[in-house]
Amino acid sequence: MLGYTGKFIEVNLSNENSKNVTIDEAWLKDYVGGRALAAKILCDRLIHKWQEVDPLGPDNILLFLTGPFVGFYPGGRTCVSGKSPQSNGVVGSTVGGEFGIELRCAGYDGIIVSGQAEKPVYLFIKDTDVEIRDAQSLWGKDTKETNTLLNKECRALLKERYPGFGEWKEPATLCIGPAGENKVRTAVVIAKWTHAAGYGGYGAVMGSKNLKAIAVKGTGPLPEVADLEKIKQTIGLVNKIAYSNVMWRRWGTGGGGYNFGAKTSSEPVRNWQEEWHDERSYGVDQFENRFWVKQAWSDFGCPTNCMKIAVVKSGKFKGAITDNPDYELQAYLGPNLGIFNPEENVYLSALVDDLGLCGIQTGNVMGFAAELFQRGILSKDDLDGIELKWGNAEAFAALAKKIAAREGIGDLLAEGTYRAALKLGGMKHEDLLKYAVQSKGIGIGAHGIRSGMDFSNEIGFACSVQGGDHSSMTNLPIDGWGSEIWTIFNDSAIMCVFTCFGFPENSRYELYSAITGLNLTRNEWAGNGGLKTLQIQRAQLLLGGPDLYWNPKVDDDNPSRFYEPLPSGPCKGQAADKTSVSEGVQKYYEEAGWDANGIPKSETLLRLGLGEVDDALKKLRYAPQ
Amino acid sequence: MSRNWGNQQSSNEPVWIARDLAKCSGCRKCEIACSLHHENRIWPEASRVRVFMLVPGADFPHLCAQCENYPCVKACPFQALSVNEKTSAVAVDKEKCTGCGKCTEACPGRVPHLHPAQKKIVICDLCDGDPECVKVCQEGGWGVLKSVPRRDQPTSLYSRTPEETTRNLATKMYGEKAEEFL
Repeated sequence: MLGYTGKFIEVNLSNENSKNVTIDEAWLKDYVGGRALAAKILCDRLIHKWQEVDPLGPDNILLFLTGPFVGFYPGGRTCVSGKSPQSNGVVGSTVGGEFGIELRCAGYDGIIVSGQAEKPVYLFIKDTDVEIRDAQSLWGKDTKETNTLLNKECRALLKERYPGFGEWKEPATLCIGPAGENKVRTAVVIAKWTHAAGYGGYGAVMGSKNLKAIAVKGTGPLPEVADLEKIKQTIGLVNKIAYSNVMWRRWGTGGGGYNFGAKTSSEPVRNWQEEWHDERSYGVDQFENRFWVKQAWSDFGCPTNCMKIAVVKSGKFKGAITDNPDYELQAYLGPNLGIFNPEENVYLSALVDDLGLCGIQTGNVMGFAAELFQRGILSKDDLDGIELKWGNAEAFAALAKKIAAREGIGDLLAEGTYRAALKLGGMKHEDLLKYAVQSKGIGIGAHGIRSGMDFSNEIGFACSVQGGDHSSMTNLPIDGWGSEIWTIFNDSAIMCVFTCFGFPENSRYELYSAITGLNLTRNEWAGNGGLKTLQIQRAQLLLGGPDLYWNPKVDDDNPSRFYEPLPSGPCKGQAADKTSVSEGVQKYYEEAGWDANGIPKSETLLRLGLGEVDDALKKLRYAPQ
Repeated sequence: MSRNWGNQQSSNEPVWIARDLAKCSGCRKCEIACSLHHENRIWPEASRVRVFMLVPGADFPHLCAQCENYPCVKACPFQALSVNEKTSAVAVDKEKCTGCGKCTEACPGRVPHLHPAQKKIVICDLCDGDPECVKVCQEGGWGVLKSVPRRDQPTSLYSRTPEETTRNLATKMYGEKAEEFL
């Protein structure tokens, strides 16, 4: 099929076997790639026993998938997926970098990993050569060190094996840090030091499989396409739009740390007790002028360069290196922890990168813990002697290290906010879920709904098949531009949303046709591939297990904090409205073809040819939880 | 001889690609443009300019600098390399090239590499005097690559191995800390 290499690598780590496999073209036509294809593959292989599959056990399947846009649409991304140890459903977690491009140049559209290696290993892929290599010397290393050692080892191998080639560039790598190794549920898969597949917790899945890293070097071209001239025009269009967006290119999301507090009042402040701050100390200029040593850092073909590199060059945090930080990390490792000092924010962001933790999820769970400390529910003793006061960056750093190591209180918080709230609640005999700002086990992205001034909306998190994931919020109408159907397209094709502001909707389908030679319309995606994926992901989420399950009546809702009135700022007093949310959720069920309990109806699934999903859901219909 | 490093181009002067590596964003649009021009594919490893990122952040384009003394041309045992009179670029005769790698060894920057499919050396040909990589880099405002008249610049200084350049850029960005990543 044009636009695809046509091959996937299937690796079983239990018997150290790898082989090439193909995927039915009909699947590629329907599901395109990335997230949608991940949902489909996981459905095909696991749906019949979904509830028994431990996301952190050998039965889980870990996927690294590209899509037909990868390498062509400016800005490279790769989708990491599997059964999520956060939601027990499926998250299509995309990460920036050249990994997907190298993989396609090596001749593969994706990697399917099953089983569990006996000892730490990494995969080294050079074109069609796929090796499972010993990673014991990498185990325990932070992500920067891992990247350095892996680059050196792989380049030495290439030089030794292909001495006449000339200088070898670095391979593209994905790896985990100590957090992933220790199966921390908020662990990420890291690319290029600071890019992370965050939502979903796939760093922990890699760790559970003893898979420390994947390195790939592809020397071939991107796949053959239908209309190269049209692709060139599209790239030109994306560039043109991006180049006109001057301040966006200059600041990336770095302007958000101030703006989403001061202007839209939707930034988490002290575990979302507030969503407003007007701290000029936290302005983008403070980051730009003091820390950015690289103003423009791009992934493959990207005209936006929203990434910057920040380095602390003096003082007690000297040597910390991270990206901007981007808005989410500015917020979650800043105001959400009561920190308004850019230096401390850069330091904490660098620390979570190095440990292989998700800045959003870890900032969420640390904010949760700090609120419990504030309220006297957790004592200093409970926290292994850490004085977890708002704004105490060193205390939060100490806690992050404990989480990554699963040491003391860190072991409990390593379960993520939802599970930690359940466990601590049991220990303290108190409902602590009311302080857990999450949805379906996934901490809410840093875009609150109470002010109504951000791009988030009142049912966006409640109805998303990826829970609190701010990059996969949904909305009514189900086929409208705000619906999750379109984030599924972005994560499947795959395209970076930060290079497509202003990119006309139709251009997507034109690009799809230019690459694959196939036609795709808006209605086809909304009525077929996108909708099928939504149903499959919904079914996987509702089936859940084995450690916990979601009850739509309770869990298709906002965190209770969002119903508390905002205590400060221009939107003081505003809160989400329970009745309105509940009506919206019911309306969403109807439009999505789900019953009043939020379960996809048989007729919906059968009409879409998803009989196996219907079979799997029968147990829920007969015994709604 | 006056030190004329200026930008005023007279009609018959060949171009040289001046480079300001610290500005590189690592976007690799130069690789894309180069491989589209020469291969009619997006093919990063066949590109005559390749962006190295041995240390994240220390991204830079690695391409021929047209050394004043052309050591690669002299080193070729098969006379496969020559200097194009019009552009000053190194031309590769694919019929004569055996892919032996002597030019890479002779190059102070180890720039020439094998075309991954043809197994012949590829070297920047300056797109016959109008380099595509420069256009995309200028269009995006990065200004890493810029066409200037080739005069008496010490061009060979810009032929450095990826390791040397990486060390420089990483040190510039990260200071002593860079040593941990090299």
